[in-house]
Amino acid sequence: MSGTYLGMPAFPRAAAASTRDKQLRANLTHATHTIRDKRAKAVAELDDWAQLRAAGAAVKDRTLRHLDHYLEQLEAAVTAAGGQVHWAADADEANRIVTRLVRETGEREVVKVKSMATQEIGLNEALAEAGIRAYETDLAELIVQLGDDLPSHILVPAIHRNRSEIRDIFRREMASWGRPAPAGLSDSPAALAEAARLHLREKFLSAKVGISGANFMVAESGTLVVVESEGNGRMCLTLPETLISVVGIEKVVPTWQDLEIFLQLLPRSSTAERMNPYTSTWTGTTDGDGPQTFHLVLLDNGRTDTLADTVGRQALRCIRCSACLNVCPVYERAGGHAYGSPYPGPIGAILTPQLRGMAGPLEASLPYASSLCGACYEVCPVAIDIPEVLVHLRERVVEGGPVTRGGARTVLKPAKGHAAERAAMRAAAWAFDHPGALRGGMRLAARSRRLHPRRLPGPGRAWSQTRDLPAVPAESFRDWWQRTRGTSSEQRGDVK
Amino acid sequence: MSSRDVVLARVRRALADVPRGEGPSDPPVPRDYHRVHGSRTTAQSVELLAENLAEYRAIVHRSDAEGLPGLIHRLLAERGARTVVVPPGLDASWLDPAWRDPSSESGSDVTLVEDHASSTPYELDAVDSVLTGCAVAIAETGTLVLDAGPDQGRRRITLVPDHHICVVRVPDQVVGSVPEALPRLAPERPLTWISGPSATSDIELDRVEGVHGPRTLEVILLAGSREAG
Repeated sequence: MSGTYLGMPAFPRAAAASTRDKQLRANLTHATHTIRDKRAKAVAELDDWAQLRAAGAAVKDRTLRHLDHYLEQLEAAVTAAGGQVHWAADADEANRIVTRLVRETGEREVVKVKSMATQEIGLNEALAEAGIRAYETDLAELIVQLGDDLPSHILVPAIHRNRSEIRDIFRREMASWGRPAPAGLSDSPAALAEAARLHLREKFLSAKVGISGANFMVAESGTLVVVESEGNGRMCLTLPETLISVVGIEKVVPTWQDLEIFLQLLPRSSTAERMNPYTSTWTGTTDGDGPQTFHLVLLDNGRTDTLADTVGRQALRCIRCSACLNVCPVYERAGGHAYGSPYPGPIGAILTPQLRGMAGPLEASLPYASSLCGACYEVCPVAIDIPEVLVHLRERVVEGGPVTRGGARTVLKPAKGHAAERAAMRAAAWAFDHPGALRGGMRLAARSRRLHPRRLPGPGRAWSQTRDLPAVPAESFRDWWQRTRGTSSEQRGDVK
Repeated sequence: MSSRDVVLARVRRALADVPRGEGPSDPPVPRDYHRVHGSRTTAQSVELLAENLAEYRAIVHRSDAEGLPGLIHRLLAERGARTVVVPPGLDASWLDPAWRDPSSESGSDVTLVEDHASSTPYELDAVDSVLTGCAVAIAETGTLVLDAGPDQGRRRITLVPDHHICVVRVPDQVVGSVPEALPRLAPERPLTWISGPSATSDIELDRVEGVHGPRTLEVILLAGSREAG
């Protein structure tokens, strides 16, 4: 693993390798099943969960439908409270802005709160090129950074590592980043957490620049919200002199009151807690308390393209809780890296192709990384109908069609490799439209059934390698119906 | 064209399907979820707060105004704390009178540290404990909310020391639920919501208490007192 998602193979190839990794599968099965049961219990405590879920979806939908209005309102409120707002159309622009802001402070090191948006844009790599070292301070992100690895889960990026692997990484790598791991470090989670505390303490206390994302931004007040557990977030948000927050434009909610919905939905869905240990909210800057310089970088990077798709836009409701990953049978077996982006699992399968476009083989393969079982939709706290979007995106892959890329309307060409599927579907459509031909074809199939091969030839071979072909019955349903109960519709003279 | 204009223009083009007449507060949001879950007496809400705090490994104590200085003194002594940082507006009656007068012969084994805007995180790191009040406590979730008020101080003082004692005035500061808490909090103030000591689930999704924030959180439910101010 090289610390970048560039050049990741399409999902089936990556998954073919990862599903054979027994250690990975054991780690994932253990972790996802633990959290799954806990989440169900935390959710069952609230008898109005369905109403909260509907309200959460409605707030997000309303915001998205008037996103321009709420972004301008947010910008005005943040500015009035002493913050500076920057706009980034894409990842490169966001990285340039943050790099410039850090350079202006004269610092060469920054501490970071776990942030999906900065993973998405590859901020750490961009800062490194500019000679600025970014320290990840969330425990799981630290494990990933020390292990020169990639995150594989939204909430618990190092979910693919078990405790003894983590101990080995700490022993091996901590010294080259700062304070070495304590001698004789054991693999108990408490000892590992203590090692992380000691390792990062000095960084927090001396940090002059903090970089974060945000879980929510309140348009009416200009308030940002970060939800966390360890206190590393609080350290990065309050001790440095300068705070830079990089936040996707879809994270805005209209009112302070709206937080009452999401602060109930998010902790129970993500860590299965009634409330996460720490939630920080801040509005611009506060004299004498916390960073005296605050920059908010509003990030598009494919979000407006996603917004332009009336079916796919619901993916922008996502509050990054990761409940859909934890229940997904495909994620559990393939692991997060196979999805080739910081957004793995079912939400990644609909978000990545929309944020990046579906021209690449990885992106075109992601809508197929699902059995469409629907468990993700069931647990989604903002009711994103992930199967609906998956099917919609599959249609885009196979048929092509109008899409928006970089704000411009364009036409996506049908993906290669689906020619046989398209031909089969066209033939089926023609046959269903021509009852005589359909009847003739079915009779021919029935009479020749002893001659049918057990595997398909040609392009169908791959499909039938893992599936039995359905046996063709001696008589079609239509023939059977006419022979036993029905009379010919032509005789009755009614509709075909 | 600035990036701001580019992004906003893209948003507007993407939303071509939204009818012109639809305003920013449309469509309406159904808010038929509960304001609070279940019905409880005030005493039951305080009880639930204590239970939920304890479940997430906060240590809960109860006191009246008279016993408070003694209790605080005892908690600090039991931990062997030599220094305790307090916010400038802390209710003086909470403190052992001996601490306020360092020259006092009866003396104390605990030294009060005042938080100054100029004091560095390193100085705070050398302090053993912090003592504060809070703005609101939420029973259903076992949450203390600090709003940097005079008896809570700058956010960092409840973050860097490893031991936090937080006094909650009951029942005045206790609300039932998250929806009941938000109207009592001002968004323009920096807020810290605390539910138990710092924790992580990052190793095998197993919860472990004690990472970067205070690893010991002691909560004193102070009965029978009115909210200050």
